[in-house]
Amino acid sequence: MTAFINGIGLISPQLTTDPAVFLPEIVEYTADYLQAINPNYKDYINPIAARRMSRLIKMGITSAKIALSDAGCQMPDAIITGTGLGSVEDTEKILSGMNEGEQLMNPTPFIQSTYNTISSQIAITLNCHNYNSTYVHRAFSFESALQDAMLQIEEGMADNALVGGIDEMTDNHLQITRKAGHWKMNPVNNLTLLSSGTQGALAGEGAAYYLLGNQRSQSTYCTLSDVKTIYHPKDTEELETSILSFLSFNGLTIDQLDAVIMGYNGDILFDTVYNELGSGIFMQTQKLWYKHLCGEYYTSTGFALWLAANILKHQLIPAAIKVNNLPSDRLQHILVYNQYRNVNHSLLLLNR
Amino acid sequence: MAKRVVITGIGIISSIGSNLPETIDSVLASRSGIGKLKYLDTFHRDEYPFAEVPWSNSQLAEFAQLTDLAGYSRNALLGLIAAKEAFAHARLDQVPRLRTGLISATTVGGMDRCEIYYKDFLTNDSKNQYIDVYDCADSTEKIADLLGIGDYVTTISTACSSAANALLLGARMIRSGKLDRVVAGGTEALTSFHVNGFNALKILDKVPCRPFDANRSGITLGEGAAYLILESEEAARAGNREVFAELKGYGNACEAFHQTASTPDGKGAYLAMERALKIAGLKPSDIDYINAHGTGTDNNDIAEGLAIERLFNGTIPKVSSTKPFTGHMTSAAGSAEAILSILCLTHRMILPNLNLESPMPELSFTPVRELISDLDVNVVMSNSFGFGGNNTSLIFKKI
Repeated sequence: MTAFINGIGLISPQLTTDPAVFLPEIVEYTADYLQAINPNYKDYINPIAARRMSRLIKMGITSAKIALSDAGCQMPDAIITGTGLGSVEDTEKILSGMNEGEQLMNPTPFIQSTYNTISSQIAITLNCHNYNSTYVHRAFSFESALQDAMLQIEEGMADNALVGGIDEMTDNHLQITRKAGHWKMNPVNNLTLLSSGTQGALAGEGAAYYLLGNQRSQSTYCTLSDVKTIYHPKDTEELETSILSFLSFNGLTIDQLDAVIMGYNGDILFDTVYNELGSGIFMQTQKLWYKHLCGEYYTSTGFALWLAANILKHQLIPAAIKVNNLPSDRLQHILVYNQYRNVNHSLLLLNR
Repeated sequence: MAKRVVITGIGIISSIGSNLPETIDSVLASRSGIGKLKYLDTFHRDEYPFAEVPWSNSQLAEFAQLTDLAGYSRNALLGLIAAKEAFAHARLDQVPRLRTGLISATTVGGMDRCEIYYKDFLTNDSKNQYIDVYDCADSTEKIADLLGIGDYVTTISTACSSAANALLLGARMIRSGKLDRVVAGGTEALTSFHVNGFNALKILDKVPCRPFDANRSGITLGEGAAYLILESEEAARAGNREVFAELKGYGNACEAFHQTASTPDGKGAYLAMERALKIAGLKPSDIDYINAHGTGTDNNDIAEGLAIERLFNGTIPKVSSTKPFTGHMTSAAGSAEAILSILCLTHRMILPNLNLESPMPELSFTPVRELISDLDVNVVMSNSFGFGGNNTSLIFKKI
């Protein structure tokens, strides 16, 4: 089942909120984690409503509105969000509040802490009574949302669907999850992340919404042909077999791929998976990476999909994302391959 | 042509039983699981009744046949027990493997451990093995690993309709031919996080919840897990196994009104039920019984009741909320109540709406107050509505 990507709204640590431009410059950081650049939310959300909203919800509504306006769509037939962590900030407020004592709790953080708040706040903003759901499965969150949307379109239940991947990071959450080995222990320069030589990824965050449709339109970037998640493959061989059968199911061989965008995150423990594929089935493929631009987070493929769609639209690969450098003329097929901790692997296939 | 989706296995643990047979005994005896808290540590423990699963985490680990409890949240333990029961109930270990998915639902994942260890996470390193149980996918992946399911794995969180949406997605994946079998349902452990959240919203009843009663004053929080095995009709033929019901219809609609309230006339509820009937190809008069969301809050019961009146205009089926049995199992409510609805089909009964004394004057119908047995029940509807206006309705039909 193919869907057209007809609109994109992306808030990220890079300059990405204007759909008319594609990576005009690369923002360099030396930081514990990459923070999303906040647009002027007042331009998108009624300031009275915005006052009570946490930053994550503002990011969600704003990126959703940018995607809808990019696509020229007023009312989507479905709203589906993927978020690995939901509202970390509101959840922390409740947990800290409970540590102070359970007598006087404020209901607002609780109301906003439920994972489905983003999808439902977008629905409230648009007054949209259509299908609405939220996926919360680590690095499958955004992929599950995309699969649901494509299934809605395939079933004929929706002509279009607003689909997002959104996650935030906070200082507290970084501090805690560092202890579980997720992140680098010291600030790093994002542009030299691949040569860090240390364990742990560089954390990031972002909000990406897409308007997928069953019809090509004037605003179409490309098609999203297929999405697959691969849970816990037992070894690289099984993983390679899954990737090859995914391509073959979609009528492609590996040498027809014009580029593969891989989820290198600078963690030497887990980047080995990409290295093995890079010298294995993707040996002759143009390899790209993206997490030095947005950091690692459960829905980072929301950023990768934006990159892929813009590469196909502009027929241009920014130098800053190349892992190797092969000559290319026409850019037709791009695969996004991501994995988190060698458990959640996913594939997104885009065609011009 | 969409494939038919049937149910071949059921697993459930809640305050009214650690498995399906115990659950059936409790509902036949009209025995509620609501009482005093024994295990959850919260400031509000004596202020409200709860429907707590009456076993400690180490007892639950024994039920799940785990040798080591470390790294397991109560949320995961409950989920493992119910999912395992469903898997065995469908005898899936005795038939050839087909493409199988796990779609699980939860609202706060492993919060039951994280809220206790949060200070340790920040200030020392003694509980770090619990850091990664915080998120919603942790229990799902533990269930997937235990059952050896890998073809499709995901987690849904749409507040109190989460597990209903897991069943909805499972049905769609099978109808469209993407999967042959799905283990679908939800798991939820009681948490201080939820107790304080619902307390701050002032929607907890100080006595056991009284859905559709004129004097209702809120919900009673419960916990537990419930999973169903969904299969395509073809897949279910393998191995001469029993089929309990057909998942005939599903509808999802968004209230788009307020983060924690329904529209006064229940627009979202109406749309979800209407869409479920449409997918099922049924008329309102075909429904014999509605297992209502019926939380016992002022707002839900009037909105849902009015939506039922409008949609079933003149042919209102039997209605009850079973939350006075199990409490509100939040994310797991959708699958737990789907199971109770299916039991009405298989056991030819209608479950009572316990604790109902004074019917609501605003409604023209009164929910069923006593167990009705020996009645042919062919089609049932199960409603699950969540914060954020995420409303889902499911329809099950007798095979």
